[in-house]
Amino acid sequence: MKMKKVLILLLPVFAVIGLIVFNACKSADRDAVDTANAGLTLPDGFSAIAVADNLGSARHLVVTPEHDIYVHIASAKNSKGILVLHEEGNKTTLKTSFANYGGTGIAIKDGYLYASNNTEVYRYKLNDKEEVINPDEPEKIVTGLLSKRMHQPKAIALDNNGNLYVNIGAYSNACSDFDPDKKGCPILDSAAGIWQFKSDKPNQHYGDGIRYAGGLRNVVGLAWNQQDNQLFVMQHGRDALHDLYPNLYTVHQSAELPAECMFALKQGDNAGWPYVYYDWMQNKNLLGPEYGGDGKKPADPKFINPVAAYPGHYAPDGLLFYTGDQFPEKYKNGAFIAFHGSWNRAPEPQAGYCVVFQPFKDGKPDGKWEVFADGFAGTPEQKASGRAVHRPCGLAQGPDGSLYVTDDNKGTIYKISYKK
Amino acid sequence: MNIKKYGLLLMLFCFFYSGLHAQTKKNTTHSGSAASIARGKIVYANICLACHMADGGGVQNMNPPLTQTTYVLGNKTALIKIVLNGFKEDVEINGQTYSNNMTPHSDLKDQQIADVLTYVRKSFGNKAGAISMVEVKKVRAANVAPAK
Repeated sequence: MKMKKVLILLLPVFAVIGLIVFNACKSADRDAVDTANAGLTLPDGFSAIAVADNLGSARHLVVTPEHDIYVHIASAKNSKGILVLHEEGNKTTLKTSFANYGGTGIAIKDGYLYASNNTEVYRYKLNDKEEVINPDEPEKIVTGLLSKRMHQPKAIALDNNGNLYVNIGAYSNACSDFDPDKKGCPILDSAAGIWQFKSDKPNQHYGDGIRYAGGLRNVVGLAWNQQDNQLFVMQHGRDALHDLYPNLYTVHQSAELPAECMFALKQGDNAGWPYVYYDWMQNKNLLGPEYGGDGKKPADPKFINPVAAYPGHYAPDGLLFYTGDQFPEKYKNGAFIAFHGSWNRAPEPQAGYCVVFQPFKDGKPDGKWEVFADGFAGTPEQKASGRAVHRPCGLAQGPDGSLYVTDDNKGTIYKISYKK
Repeated sequence: MNIKKYGLLLMLFCFFYSGLHAQTKKNTTHSGSAASIARGKIVYANICLACHMADGGGVQNMNPPLTQTTYVLGNKTALIKIVLNGFKEDVEINGQTYSNNMTPHSDLKDQQIADVLTYVRKSFGNKAGAISMVEVKKVRAANVAPAK
């Protein structure tokens, strides 16, 4: 009888212990699932590992033939704006670090490492092992670029003719704060475009460069396509269609529109910001509501159309043309796009946070894009709320043809490989 | 059989009790302004949520969080002025900088501003005092709208 009473009293305790053990087992199971492929979901035959972790806000990166990884960190704590990791056996060790500035852009071309902060582009001479010879004395190639609180990162790309391309983002959503009377957006002369500079001439200002293409709200992912010798850029589309024009756009339209656009640029092209936006559901370039648009009126045809379009607010932060031999044939010369993930879809669930593959043929997008790597955000709840654990940003191709992806939230570097 | 039944009942009781307890606690903190909070939640969903998010946590580098910051929990006049005049400066909160502009919302009625700010000051883990329509009215009367 006594024993029975004790047992009765203890039962809830047992139950709680049981629950704890049960939950522990459950989360252990989940960890086991999550650690496979570093938590990513990939097409058959592909696998992923995290080769680095907790680097800070890891933006763009390059990988050298000697397996050194240069990764640019957004903020330079202790003069460590650029980290150099050495990879061996799918693990990395910190080899060295330099640069007293944070930033996004980083690239290697013809024996130099190029890196940008929000106002300048520097370059560093490399030795024959692609190591920076003098990390404390870079050449300042471009200086004095505008950086005004919004869309500051100066992402960069280089062509094969000694030119450097720099994004100068618009410091505005749709220019209405600078163009209240709709006389023409006044900030387009020095922002919202891609500028071209010489890659070897020091101390270039705006006047030394060319406004290569304009009407681009903000570009973070850009790359030179070697197949047709052309610059491709990913534009971050405007925000808040419903918030600003509730009579013209539903909450759902505002979440899906405008498209995030891929443009193939030629010198002198105008992509039309802030006057136009692209509707991927209607497949049309439309007049922006600030300038008389209503969600149906077409844009002036003088503005170029995108070559491919993606759902709204996905935030493309990295673009890479795959030229390796490791992945299956269909990936060759196609584009990978790192989507940082949305914030301007609320109250609808946030989306993006993935790496997309865009098939190409003869230097042009060919066929529908597909999600290549997903799962960066974490649980469906973390993704929907926008509280993503990891956010894809930079892309690079390794010497063996593996794909590297940075995450600028937790500072993880993923390496994605294919095995037949 | 009996033992199990008793145990189950006890457990259920424990769960219910703690649930009830939490519920009561919540209600006491919010006493007096429940109606204002309920109305404020609707204003928040329509005007603020798209940028500051459903959990008030904002968006990294862009839209500041509405939790654990004196901008929200501190001086009422300053907070009311942000709603009336918008915000066009970088704001640093807990070492992070946020730089998106906030548009003025002076088109909201005094009661709506009081409601939404009361909601914000008492949600997302915040526990600051309510803001009344009279307080908003006073600040609006003395407010000089910033040059465009």
